[in-house]
Amino acid sequence: MNKEKIIEVKNLYAAYDEVVVLSDVSFSANKGEVTVILGGSGSGKTTVLNHLLGLLPIERGSLFVLGKDISRMREDEQVALYLQMGVFYQNGGLLNSLTVAENVGLPLAQHTNLTPELIDEIVFMKLGLVNLQHAFYLYPSQLSGGMLKRAALARAIVMDPPVLFFDEPGAGLDPVSLEALDRLILNLKNKLGVSIFMVTHEVSSILRVADRIVFLDNGVVAFEGPIREALHSTQPAVNEFFSVMKNENVRELLG
Amino acid sequence: MEGSVMSLSGELTVGEAAEFTRKVMKFSREMEQKKLVFDLSSLTHIDSAGVMALYYLRKKLGEKQIVTDLEGASSSVTDKIRLFYPGEEVEIHPLRRPAFFEDLGAQTHHFFSSYVLGFILLASNIFYWGITDVFNRRARRKGEFINQSVLIGANAVFIVVFLTFVIGYVLALHSAGQLRAFGANIFVVDVVVFSIMSQMGPLITAILVAGRSGSAIAAEIATMKVTAELDALKTMGLNPNRFVIVPKLYACMLTMPFLIVFANVAGILGGGLAAYVYLDITPEIFINRMADIMQNKDLLTALVKSQVYAALIVLTGSFYGLRVEKGAEGVGKVTTVAVVVSITLVILADSILGVIFY
Repeated sequence: MNKEKIIEVKNLYAAYDEVVVLSDVSFSANKGEVTVILGGSGSGKTTVLNHLLGLLPIERGSLFVLGKDISRMREDEQVALYLQMGVFYQNGGLLNSLTVAENVGLPLAQHTNLTPELIDEIVFMKLGLVNLQHAFYLYPSQLSGGMLKRAALARAIVMDPPVLFFDEPGAGLDPVSLEALDRLILNLKNKLGVSIFMVTHEVSSILRVADRIVFLDNGVVAFEGPIREALHSTQPAVNEFFSVMKNENVRELLG
Repeated sequence: MEGSVMSLSGELTVGEAAEFTRKVMKFSREMEQKKLVFDLSSLTHIDSAGVMALYYLRKKLGEKQIVTDLEGASSSVTDKIRLFYPGEEVEIHPLRRPAFFEDLGAQTHHFFSSYVLGFILLASNIFYWGITDVFNRRARRKGEFINQSVLIGANAVFIVVFLTFVIGYVLALHSAGQLRAFGANIFVVDVVVFSIMSQMGPLITAILVAGRSGSAIAAEIATMKVTAELDALKTMGLNPNRFVIVPKLYACMLTMPFLIVFANVAGILGGGLAAYVYLDITPEIFINRMADIMQNKDLLTALVKSQVYAALIVLTGSFYGLRVEKGAEGVGKVTTVAVVVSITLVILADSILGVIFY
């Protein structure tokens, strides 16, 4: 079955001050799926994400997001592409000088002609989706870590983007909040058909939401394929990672 | 091969390691055998520093062809040694220092390619958006300009007025003695008005704004960068320069001339007060003389200076804010550098403009 590709990375190379992080990375992500990028600390997951978001200059390789080559793009084309992408940052990335509502409504206020009243209505609805309506008038500094993440998620989905990027959404969340977040992610995928690209370490989260796994090791893709195949992969690094995962799950079940 | 035996008892931890290595090294200089055995049977406790001391001694004595051996360790001590003892020789290369001229060349190249060029690129980007957004209401962030004007301008009024008043007063006070000796009391007005209007007013204001707002701008932008707020803006399709820096530039360029006017008035008032107290120059005489010597050029100079200083302060603060490296420490560092550099640039610009408008 040939699925439509939403992200395609070909031969990506990246280095920080002569330390090579990605030597030759190629993979793709399908439309309507949750693709999780995995790998040990320092394996370059976040570097891949930042390249896809156009936050780092591309030295070598080509990247396509929604069929558009982001390595050669004019600023206006880039802005048009950004409007179709929602990004969830690890620490929220909310502007501290604005209230939660202003933060969530910012893309609408800046990119559309909607009236402020209508924007407020939309923001209220989106905050409802993440169960954060009571924080409408609060500032980010007044929120807890979990609330910040939910507010950031509301902002990421405020423009109804067809593709969402998550940078470690579960980091620092308790298991209950994490499960709620995962349920939300699955809802976005199943009900709205949103394609999701995610960097995460959270074992339980991966098992719950992931459709496809891209495993980075030593600057290359060690494994790429459906989660079911990943669990039985014989590739040593992948096998090791998932055996740790399975053990943890057993321990979780045993309490 | 028979060797010397050294018995260790009690503890070998971070507290004893230094003394222990010193003693063993001293002993090794006097010993004749080529083997040294550490008897660990009475050693009750060892920590990582102790293990590393044993490792270090083995290496050092090995260089003198003395073989070392460990014997009789209890199981808990053995476990610790197994845990901490390095498995393989790790060679640490010293950092290669480039030759003087190579280093000088590299630093100079880095300065021009990274700082000078970077500053020029940022400045052109900011001015481009600054100019186009004047005519584009929608692109501007609502309320941000007023907000920044209050922060950069209005909140600085008190300190600017207070300091220039004191400077004007002191300036007149110091001139008073000299002028009185020559019977040239009235010229105190010239001294005060000239120096305040063309130099002190604009310069002191700029230095205060650089210290207050230059640092605030650098810290704010650096924090936004560290917490990924700038990345978030970019991926929402908003240009961070345009969204964050341009309103600050507008605010600073608009409020700076007013601040300088306040500074000039306060400085002249301070000078007038000193002239009245020490030289018996009444306000009427002061004002009449002032009207004679003041020129429109002085106001124009102050206006031009205010715009140059404002642009320098905002650009320097933003430039260093954007250059922040990871973490809170980086924010503090760039803030300090931003203030020092913006004050230096303001003083340099003052000298250049002083020559131009002489």
